[in-house]
Amino acid sequence: MKKTDITPGRVILHLFLAFYAIVQIFPLYWLFTFSLKDNNEIFGGNIVGLPKNWRFENYYNAFFQADVIKYSRNSVIVTLATILITIILAAASAYAIERMKWKASEGVMKFILLGMMVPIHAALLPLFIVLSRLHILNSFWALIIPYVAFGLPMAVYLFTSFLASIPRELEEAGAIDGCNIYQIFFIVIAPLIKPAIATVSIFTFISSWNELMFAVTFISKADYKTLTVGIMSMVGAYTTKWGDIGAGLMIATIPTIIIYLFLSRQVQKSLVAGAVKG
Amino acid sequence: MEKILSDKKAIFLFVFPTLLVLTIFVAVPIIISGYYSLLDWDGLGKGTFIGIKNYTDLVKDERFINSLINSILYAALSLFIQLPFSLLLAILVSNVKRGEKFYSAAYFVPVIVSSVVIGYLWQKIYNGDYGLLNSALRSLGFEGRDWLGQENTALIAAFIPNLWQYVGYHMLIMHAGIKSISQDVIEAARIDGASPSMIATRITIPLLKPILEVCVTLSLIGALKIFDLIYVLTGGGPFYVTEVPTIFMYKHIFDAMHYGYGSAVSIFIILECLAFTFLLRIIFRRREEDR
Repeated sequence: MKKTDITPGRVILHLFLAFYAIVQIFPLYWLFTFSLKDNNEIFGGNIVGLPKNWRFENYYNAFFQADVIKYSRNSVIVTLATILITIILAAASAYAIERMKWKASEGVMKFILLGMMVPIHAALLPLFIVLSRLHILNSFWALIIPYVAFGLPMAVYLFTSFLASIPRELEEAGAIDGCNIYQIFFIVIAPLIKPAIATVSIFTFISSWNELMFAVTFISKADYKTLTVGIMSMVGAYTTKWGDIGAGLMIATIPTIIIYLFLSRQVQKSLVAGAVKG
Repeated sequence: MEKILSDKKAIFLFVFPTLLVLTIFVAVPIIISGYYSLLDWDGLGKGTFIGIKNYTDLVKDERFINSLINSILYAALSLFIQLPFSLLLAILVSNVKRGEKFYSAAYFVPVIVSSVVIGYLWQKIYNGDYGLLNSALRSLGFEGRDWLGQENTALIAAFIPNLWQYVGYHMLIMHAGIKSISQDVIEAARIDGASPSMIATRITIPLLKPILEVCVTLSLIGALKIFDLIYVLTGGGPFYVTEVPTIFMYKHIFDAMHYGYGSAVSIFIILECLAFTFLLRIIFRRREEDR
């Protein structure tokens, strides 16, 4: 291996990489600072520095006056339900496709994977009409069902490839001990596929927490708005108070940032695994 | 074991819910979209069947053509600026011994942030009166302007946050690819006296080709479907200059109630994505055979 001497080349390389790290982070840092300032500071007194007095009341206003607390709760409900349903459906289907013996399994897998090719925009209007006929527009289901439907192909794909990589001995041992298929799936397999469950959870969390197009189309009642849409109506109503808007944007972002801080490798892997599906 | 694994009832229970959800909420809607695209329909009452008139109108619609050109321009920016830059970052980051993880983690941060947040944040950055960009320009003695509001700058200003947000994403994919290249090959070249730039151009990049293909496909298809950030930043304005096909579709369906015409756009987007995916596959495969 080469020695790691400090050479001018290395210093320049690090300076460049660090500079670009600032380019990627700085807008978010700026958001953080102005979420704690008043307009006087943001508009000239102190544009990029840390706040002179930290106005936590911006967060209080966003949370309680601008209903962000309700939007957050809605986002949590929709996201958790989406993750849970996606995992159960996808893991079960992946198990049946990868391990069980039936003729149509390959064809079914192809059909499921085809779902990955479909841009969500193409289904927007028919989904809108279907959901309104089912009388579930303006309910959590109006988001949960489409999110699950469009998340399933990727989740099934990730579960099948993970299952293919684990040996069959444990399942066989389970069968010899007299487990039936459901016991094998829930008692033997479920703990084994935890890493894949983590990947799918993170992937699903990021995409449904941040989703905009369905949320803006299928939800118009404030009671069911998720954070992305809620923030849009909040920005419309609070155009002049940058600090409060900043606080709202921060509240929408903090959960993902916290997860990222603790699980950065895992989050990176999950999102890239979704991309490099071959 | 064999018997347990061919339990028909269990297979049905495991697979049927997924298939049902996918059929009702993905497959059938696409087919319905295809049908709507043949109608003249405002959403009320019954539509009139007009064959492919929506499509023939579409290719003559200047506003649509403009939106299409915008998305192709974005694809070009992504292919020729964003991807090469991501590749440069990936190669440089894989060359540092300390801070490799820190840099990739930092570049990736915008990827996980909601487009709505990114959109409003950049709206504030671009703001004509108090925006970060104009404040910086004024302190350097330049004049500020309303970047998103003026026709000559709006399009590029709306594209930059998109490009910025996903640099780290492509960089990470490429970086993972570089890390999977055998260190022996690179070490051998180094012993033979190859410079870092020679290693990059002669070894790393050629071996990275499959990953680069993934990135090219992702960025191209992503460009054709670009929606969120434009919707938040400009909504397609001023005077349609920042419109892309998805925004054009959205406005026709939900603002103007042109259900048939809008559906034709959505079918066009699907076909466009399929065509490009297919085309890229052919191009990449042919290249491989040439070797």
